[in-house]
Amino acid sequence: MRAAHWGVIAGLIAAVWASFAYLALDLVQLLSPEAQVQMWKYVVSFFPPDVSADYLRRVGQGTLETIAISAVGTALAAVLGLLLALPAAGRFGAVPRAIARLVLNFLRSIPELVWAALMVIAAGLGPFAGTLALAWHTTGVTGRLFAETLENTPSEPASALRLAGSPASLAFLYGTMPNVVPQLIAYTLYRWEINIRMAAILGVVGAGGLGQMLYFSLSLFQQPQAMTVIIAMLILVVIVDGASAWLRKRLAG
Amino acid sequence: MNPALRLRDPAAAPRLLLTVCVIVLLWPGFSLTEFDPASLFEERSRATIVKFVGTFFPLETSREFLGLVLKSTFETLAIATAGMAFAILIGWPLALVVTRSLSISRIGPGPGRVAGHSVRVPARFALMFFRSIPEVVWALLFVRAVGLGPAAGVLAIGVTYGGMLGKVYSEILESNDTRPVTALLETGGGRIAAFCYGMWPVALPELVSYSVYRWECAVRASVIMGFVGAGGLGQQMELSMRMLNGGEVSTILLTFLLLVVMADAVSALLRKVTS
Repeated sequence: MRAAHWGVIAGLIAAVWASFAYLALDLVQLLSPEAQVQMWKYVVSFFPPDVSADYLRRVGQGTLETIAISAVGTALAAVLGLLLALPAAGRFGAVPRAIARLVLNFLRSIPELVWAALMVIAAGLGPFAGTLALAWHTTGVTGRLFAETLENTPSEPASALRLAGSPASLAFLYGTMPNVVPQLIAYTLYRWEINIRMAAILGVVGAGGLGQMLYFSLSLFQQPQAMTVIIAMLILVVIVDGASAWLRKRLAG
Repeated sequence: MNPALRLRDPAAAPRLLLTVCVIVLLWPGFSLTEFDPASLFEERSRATIVKFVGTFFPLETSREFLGLVLKSTFETLAIATAGMAFAILIGWPLALVVTRSLSISRIGPGPGRVAGHSVRVPARFALMFFRSIPEVVWALLFVRAVGLGPAAGVLAIGVTYGGMLGKVYSEILESNDTRPVTALLETGGGRIAAFCYGMWPVALPELVSYSVYRWECAVRASVIMGFVGAGGLGQQMELSMRMLNGGEVSTILLTFLLLVVMADAVSALLRKVTS
């Protein structure tokens, strides 16, 4: 076991060394005095942030847009996810189950930012592309979570309704849904939290919201404006973190 | 049975109310996001999509392009690994600074209290600042500062993951049994010695397994950061998308999926060996 540990350590050191060598990272140049002066100048150019009323209003607009992208994207994904979760949970037999799972895996394994870049091509620059991108990826996630919830829920209530003569759709709505809805809502809210953070950065490929403002201002070398957007992102992230921690504590206790 | 009684649903009203509330809240969102599915089916954009998606198959498999993809894949792995090395260099010392159990001034009133506080609070703030700005934003900033290429990716991962590692390392150290380290400090041991003999032996497996998991995340993140010009597979994908070359995009996507699966397997193996 000892030898294995030393082997792992030697392997890790070799991997790190190889990485630096492969990238040909010139650390000396990166940390040279001139580079440091350059870096410092760049950092200083971000201050003070632009807090003119006009720009703050635009940043506020961008923040609202970011929240709207995340909310609509998540809502779409919840609906689509539920529609795909029904076959994925095996409600319609083995073949639809396999197909639905394949679709969900595909949607989920492509990251949001890649979806966003694709959707910008399909729907043009702007928040609609970001909404669609979040919706596709999140559908893959919620679909799988919903399917697992449906599979794990007790089948007795629905069976009782079926045995008493109700049609399958009503047995599902009144026998299965009341058991799973709280879990579905919890999963949806959890993904919404993640998606707010994601929506803030999707804009760097042109999909609207705060990210797009940041990308524009950095491209135009307007560092003070960029700083304002970064501060807005920070505030958004901190508020979402705080709110979710507070809610979790309240709901758990 | 009375038919009116049979159809009564006691939960219908609240359920309806909740649904209406959600729809009313979401309504302005649809206009804010310029929600317009019809725009997807307009003649012009539909032509672009059909043309682009049509070129997704067959995959681009020319020898030259595969060589390029292989090179970018290695670059992505190298960015993740070098970035993690940086992140550990940043996160590790900060974790030791912010861990409360390693504080000597905590033991009782003494001269170090103000000094300890004046180091610990900024360190905590720095960790929060590093990890609260998303890695893509850091990458965007570093691309402007050090130029296009892998250096920006390495620095971005180093900073963001440094902030995360620092916080989680210190949480891991606190969550283990802190009595040995307290005993060492109270009998006059130095901080470093107390850490080495009181914390390190217990916490090591957990620290290693979290770091390995983060490396796996770094592989995914470095692909994504490529989209803003930070090198690796992502930059290659961005180039192919910009040229609307579907065959190349699908080859790179497939490579990305394989890379993620592989990083998953390597990280599982490493965690098994070290635990």
